[in-house]
Amino acid sequence: MSHEITLTVNDQAYTRVVDSRLLLSDFLRHTLNLTGTHVGCEHGVCGACTVLLDGVAVRSCLTFAVQAQGHAVTTVEGLASDPAHLHPIQQAFWEAHGLQCGFCTPGFLMTLVPFLHENPDPTEAQIRDALSGNLCRCTGYQFIVDAVRLAAEKLRAAPAGAAGGGL
Amino acid sequence: MTRLFGARVKRNEDPRLLTGRAQFVDDVHLPDLAHVAFKRSDYAHARLLNVDVAAARAMPGVIAVYTAADLGDFWQPSPLLVPPPPTQHIVFHQRTAGQLARDKVRYVGEPVAMVVAESRYLAEDAAETIVVDYDPLPAVVDLEAAVDSPAGLVHEDVAANIAAHVIQEKGHYPAAQAAAAVVIRRRFLYDRGTAAPMEGRGVVAQFDPLANHLTVWDSTQAPIPIRNGLARMLGLSERQVRVIAPFVGGGFGPKIMMFYPEETLVPWAAIRLGRPLKWIEDRLENFLAMTQERGQVHESEMALTRDGKILGVKDIFLHDTGAYDPYGLTVPLNTQCTLLGPYVVPDYYTEFKAVFTNKIIVTPYRGAGRQHGVFVMERLLDIAAKELGIDPLEIRRRNLIPPDQFPYCNEIIFQDFTKLTYDSGNYEPILEKAKAMIGWDAFHQEEGPRLRAAGKRVGIGLVLYVEGTGIGPYEGARVQIEPSGKLTVVTGVGTQGQGHYTSFAQIAAAVLDLPLEDVLVSTGDTGQFNWGTGTFASRGAVVAGSAVHSAAVMVRAKALKLAAEVLEAAEEDIELVAGHAQVRGTPGARISLAELAGRANPLRGAVQPGTEPGLEATAYFGPPMGATASGAHALVLEVDPETCDVKIHRYVVVHDCGRVINPLILEGQVHGGVAQGIGNVFYEQLIYDEHGQLLNASFMDYLLPTANDVPRVAVGHEETPSPLNPIGVKGAGEAGAIPVGPLFAQALENALADTGIEIREIPLSPSRLWELVQEATAAHPPATG
Repeated sequence: MSHEITLTVNDQAYTRVVDSRLLLSDFLRHTLNLTGTHVGCEHGVCGACTVLLDGVAVRSCLTFAVQAQGHAVTTVEGLASDPAHLHPIQQAFWEAHGLQCGFCTPGFLMTLVPFLHENPDPTEAQIRDALSGNLCRCTGYQFIVDAVRLAAEKLRAAPAGAAGGGL
Repeated sequence: MTRLFGARVKRNEDPRLLTGRAQFVDDVHLPDLAHVAFKRSDYAHARLLNVDVAAARAMPGVIAVYTAADLGDFWQPSPLLVPPPPTQHIVFHQRTAGQLARDKVRYVGEPVAMVVAESRYLAEDAAETIVVDYDPLPAVVDLEAAVDSPAGLVHEDVAANIAAHVIQEKGHYPAAQAAAAVVIRRRFLYDRGTAAPMEGRGVVAQFDPLANHLTVWDSTQAPIPIRNGLARMLGLSERQVRVIAPFVGGGFGPKIMMFYPEETLVPWAAIRLGRPLKWIEDRLENFLAMTQERGQVHESEMALTRDGKILGVKDIFLHDTGAYDPYGLTVPLNTQCTLLGPYVVPDYYTEFKAVFTNKIIVTPYRGAGRQHGVFVMERLLDIAAKELGIDPLEIRRRNLIPPDQFPYCNEIIFQDFTKLTYDSGNYEPILEKAKAMIGWDAFHQEEGPRLRAAGKRVGIGLVLYVEGTGIGPYEGARVQIEPSGKLTVVTGVGTQGQGHYTSFAQIAAAVLDLPLEDVLVSTGDTGQFNWGTGTFASRGAVVAGSAVHSAAVMVRAKALKLAAEVLEAAEEDIELVAGHAQVRGTPGARISLAELAGRANPLRGAVQPGTEPGLEATAYFGPPMGATASGAHALVLEVDPETCDVKIHRYVVVHDCGRVINPLILEGQVHGGVAQGIGNVFYEQLIYDEHGQLLNASFMDYLLPTANDVPRVAVGHEETPSPLNPIGVKGAGEAGAIPVGPLFAQALENALADTGIEIREIPLSPSRLWELVQEATAAHPPATG
C-alpha cells in the first residue's frame, strides 16, 4: 500500500509517494539520494542511521518514512553546506581524529547535535553515556570523546546561532 | 625527508566522510538498478534434495531466480587463495564452495538461491517463498568431537574432518624436556568471534555491452585480485573489468577473503540480465555468511630451568577452519609462529590439525591467529613464574632476545613462506617503559595493598608480543606532479579507515616538499592502478608506503634533471623547496614544479631516447620477508566481587613499529585494536548450539564494546627502524588487538589471587568469570581461622 507524504529534509520540502513499509533510512538514502545517513544493523542498535526528527535524534532504520509525514528531518548533509564549511562538531571530529572508516560517523554527529545543545559543558562520563547508543568498531571511542569535548568548546565559543541555524 | 613524515597531521579524507559525501558501496545509484537477495541454508548440515523457486519466479517485480542448477558451467568451487606452505610431510585437503549449494549444505547461511528483483524489499519477499527440501544430517560443531568421534563428515571424502596436518620444529624439543628442571603442561581454549565491521559486505555490478566493459563496486580489501579473478571466471580480459573498492566501512580481515559467492554471482547475473545489480549484506547475513575466526584448542607445555630460562616449548592444537578452507592455512601458521614472541626458545615443537566443522568459514580477522599463540606463550610464562616463585616481569626479562641478536631466525615457516626471521627489535626498553607507564612498582608497593585493604579486588598485568607485519609479495604506486602543481599518488591497495589518503600523501609530499593539501591519493581502483595484492597483515604502510616513497624519489630525480636543464645549472645544485626547483644559494633562479610538469610534456619537440614524458614514475616494492613489530600491553583492573564484571582503571600500550609516519593515525589504530581486543576477551562470543545454529546473531545478543566499556589507552612509542624497507616502518594495524587475552588473564589472576583461579580460556564474560571463581574456590577452599 502506498501513501503520499510531505516532509522537510534539511529545510527542503519534499512530496513523495512511498510504500507503507519503506524505512525512513531507505527513503532518505535511496529515494532522496541523501546517502550520508548510513545503515549498520537495521535493528536499532548500532546508531549509524541516526537522524533528527524535529530536532530529536531517532533511528531512521526503526522509523517508517510515512511516520515522518509533516515532520522536519535533518541528516548529516544538513550540518554543512559542503566539505569546506564544516559544522563545529564536524571540525572537532576532524581535528581530534574522531573517525577512521567514517561509516558510523554521521550517526555519532547527529546524536551529538541535540546532546551538546542540552549539555554545553558535559563531563567525560556524560559524553560516554551519550555515545553509548552508537557503535564504532574502528576508534575505541577515545578520540571521539576528545572530539566531543573539543566540539563543546567550539560551540560555547561560537556566537549564538552561528552553527548552522541552531543545529 | 622533511618534517611531513612523522607529523601529527589531520586526515585529508575526513571532510568528505564528515559531511556524508564519501561514497560507500550502497551509495552507488545507477539507472535501471535491480536488487539481489539470497536464500540461505537454515541447516548447518543437510542433503539438499530440492529447491523449489516456482513461486518466487512468479512474483511481481521478480526478474530472475537462480539455483546451482541454473548456473551451468559458471558453477565452480572458488579458487584456493593461499596454497599450503612448503613444510615437510604436510597434509592439506582443499575443499572450497561453489557459489550456490548443490547436493549438500555445510553451514547455516550458505547461499542456496539468488533472487533478482526490482527492489530489495521485493527480492527478500521472493526469497522467503523459496521452498527447500532438506534431509538433515548430524552437525559437526564441537572442534574436538569433530576429530575424535565424528558424528558426521563435513566432506565425505575427508576422514575425521581433518583438513590439514602440519608439524614444524626448531631444534629438538625432547632434549629440552629431558634437561628441564620443571615442565608446565596446560590446555588452552579460544573460541569464535566476528569482526563486525559497521558496514557489511556489498557488491554493485554494471555491464556496458557497447563498451564491452564490466564495472564492479565491491566493499573489499583486495580490489586488484578480485578484478583478476572475476575476469578469469567470467571469460573477460582483465582490461575489460574495473573493480572499485570505494570508501569501505571497516574490513578487519574478512573483506580480504575471496571469492565470496555473492562477489562472483552479482557480476555474472548483471552481464546475463543486462541490468546493473546491487547486493548489500544485512546484519543478520553478516553474522551468518561473513567469515569468522578464533576457534582453537591447545595442549601446550614449556620446559624451563630452575631460574626460569625457557629450554623449549611444545604446542599441539586443533584449529577450526569451518566448512571450507579457501584461505589455506594462514591463520594456524600465524599461531605457530607468533607463539614464540620476543623470547629465546631454543627448542620448539608445534603441530596442528585444521578441522572442518559445520560452521562459517574461518579466515583472518585482525590478529589472524596471532592472538592464540601469544595467549599460550604468555600464559605458560605466568604459570611457570608462579611455580618457580619468579616475578612475572623478571621471567620475561630473562628470556628476551638480546638486541644484538638481530636478525633473529626462528627457522619455522611463516605465513609468507619464508623462514620466520625478526628483522630488528629491542624488547627490554618496551617492557621497562610499559612498567613505568602503568605504575607497576607503585601498584605493588602502595596502590594495590591500599585498595585491597578497602575491599577492592584490583589486579595488574603486563604482557609482551611480537607481530609479523608487512609481508610481500609486493605493492606498487604511481606518483605524478601534474601541470597544476598538484601531486597525485595512486596505488592498488584498498583503504578501510587506516588513513592511507593521508599517510601516503605525507610520504610523497615529504620527498617532493609539497604541501599536504596539494596531494591527491587514489587507492582501491583497478582503473587507476593495475598491479597489487591488497590490505592485510598490517602491510599497507610498509609495502605500499615504500612503493610510494620509491616512486616519489624517482619523480624527484626527474624534476631535478629537468630543472637543471632549464635553469642551466648542475643537477646536484638544484633543490626542491615549497613547490619549486631552485639553484641552491641563488633563490632567484627557480621554476615551479607546475611549470616543470608542463615542460616535461611538451607540445613540440620530441621525447629524447631513454626519457619519458611527464613528471611521473611508477615503482614497486616487495620486501624479502615481513617486518616484525613488537610491544607491551599493561593494565590495572578491578573485579566486582558480586557480579564479576570488570572495570579497567588504566591501560597502557607501548609499541614499536619502527619509524612512525603519522602518530595520530597510529594511536587511532592502537586504540581501535585494543577496543576489539577487549571485546574479544570479555564481551564477544559467537554461541553455536549442537545443531550448528548461531544463537546470538544480532547486536542485541552479540555485544560489541561501547564507549562505556573501552577505557582510555595511554600509548608509548619505541622506535627500532626496519632495515627491510626504505622508510624504516613496520605494520601497526593489528597490534592493539593481539595480546589482550593473556593481559586480562594475568591481571584477573592477580586480582583474584586468593581464589587460586587460573585462566586458560578466552573469551571470558562476567558470568563465565563467576563460574571460574566458583570452581577455583571449590578446589581451593580458603583457609579458615
